[in-house]
Amino acid sequence: MAEQHIKLADEAIEKETTTINIGPTHPATHGVFQNIMEIDGERVINTEPTIGYIHRAFEKIAERRPFYQITPLTDRLNYCSAPINNLGWHMTVEKLYGLTMPKRVDYLRIIIMELARISDHLICNSVIGVDTGALTPFTYVFQWREKIYDIYESICGSRLTTNIGRIGGFERNFTPATWNFLEDFMETFPKALEEMEILLTRNRIFMDRTIGAGPISAERALNYSITGPNLRAAGVDYDVRVAKPYSSYEEFDFEIPVGSTGDAYDRYLVRNAEMKESYKIIQQALVKLKDLDPSVYHADVPEYYLPEKQDVYTKMEALIYHFKIIMGETEIPKGEVYHSVEGGNGELGFYLISDGGRTPYRLHFRRPCFIYYQAYPEMVAGGLLSDAIIALSSINVIAGELDA
Amino acid sequence: MTNEQIKEALSAKFPTLSEWETPHDLLTFRADAQGGLKVLQYLYDDDHLAFRFLTDITAVHFPGRTGEELCVVYHLHSLETNARLRMKLYVPEGRPDVYSATSLFSGANWMERETYDFFGINFIGHPNLTRILNVDEMDYFPMRKQYPMEDPTRTDKDDDMFGRGGSY
Repeated sequence: MAEQHIKLADEAIEKETTTINIGPTHPATHGVFQNIMEIDGERVINTEPTIGYIHRAFEKIAERRPFYQITPLTDRLNYCSAPINNLGWHMTVEKLYGLTMPKRVDYLRIIIMELARISDHLICNSVIGVDTGALTPFTYVFQWREKIYDIYESICGSRLTTNIGRIGGFERNFTPATWNFLEDFMETFPKALEEMEILLTRNRIFMDRTIGAGPISAERALNYSITGPNLRAAGVDYDVRVAKPYSSYEEFDFEIPVGSTGDAYDRYLVRNAEMKESYKIIQQALVKLKDLDPSVYHADVPEYYLPEKQDVYTKMEALIYHFKIIMGETEIPKGEVYHSVEGGNGELGFYLISDGGRTPYRLHFRRPCFIYYQAYPEMVAGGLLSDAIIALSSINVIAGELDA
Repeated sequence: MTNEQIKEALSAKFPTLSEWETPHDLLTFRADAQGGLKVLQYLYDDDHLAFRFLTDITAVHFPGRTGEELCVVYHLHSLETNARLRMKLYVPEGRPDVYSATSLFSGANWMERETYDFFGINFIGHPNLTRILNVDEMDYFPMRKQYPMEDPTRTDKDDDMFGRGGSY
């Protein structure tokens, strides 16, 4: 029986737990969502997540948008790795149309997607550092995220929400500036990653804060349909790039890093190891690209690929195809497609039903964040409140992907 | 495990399954609305099929299909055999009742809440079937086709010229 410091009124019932709100605008949430936590001292008893604060009805909007206009919507799902969403969407539509891409397009896409994965994991891992009190790694590795954004910018003109590529390939070839940025990144990144690891991985404070924080077993993780680094940290080697390869991933040699306990530290280690694998994949792609015709950057499918603006103004065919695509006069096959890619946070799926109309009849995004965030109350129950904060940043909940 | 083998195993156990298709190489079939959970349970328990990973639950609205307007779509994945399948349950708009899969998959919880939120599918047995992304006060299910995305009273936008006009 705890000592009573406050005299309560007669007949009053003392509540033994405290209810606190983490969010909607708490620094620990890194986005807009709320956790109503019931805590007993420092122990978390129960958590009730409330989401939907930035719901933008993308699935409804998509029913009124032609296929090529849906790409900017996908940007805003996981905005830390927007190119993966963009290219995943393009591949879904290409699957519906029955197009195959030239090898060079596949490899260029792989370079972009793996860069996006690196920037996504860099943010997540360095933010775990911030939440444990180490701001230096975060500010330091952000330079390399900027370098990746420079690469996007030289291809598509924007940095965060990229709208990169087109259905049928890329909107333009990689410029000399892109290759320079990429070369610079490939030269300097391994050292930066190593330095971040020196700052965090065997840091006593960091280890004490993250080991055992927010664990989940492999069995529960599978039952919760968790995918991506969070599942692999629990010890299941499921990766869409290997299970159902897309964009020629089957030609690449890389490992799937797995953890064992599924806690914050394992998630950190898995993400770090994945960045190294991504780096290896980009190296292999660069070697493979050397043997290919450097002028190819899209498939030869004029009915579906938006022609270059210069051609639209000077060539008759390009003008006709441009007009047909923009005005919705192209034949779009009927069909039902499920396509998934390995996003920064897990299996990002697109379920598309086309009735032959100009817009999708129905489009559903399988958002990995939305699905794994429901396991959060179970992960943190019984643990300390400060562990719950670390668990939240280590599962990398992105509000845009949560709410769609 | 090939699509053919899964189809054989399933149709031997459940002869009522129908509308077998493989669009883009993904095995698709229809089950009756009341028997959907039994099929999921069998797929989960059987050691050869072992569909123990729920990829996704969503719904589609087909206003033209009288008496079976709403279609609940399950995507399942067997991580052991790396096979995927898609199951569809059709329910009438007036009584959209389907048994909840939350007893089998904890992950079904929010997926079903989302489907309820947007399509009004009533998942029987769900522990907390409330809205998840929309506001609680909302009194309709916005992803149904009768709710147009844009203001229907506007006359300055003529979508007939752009491939998809009409009511939705």
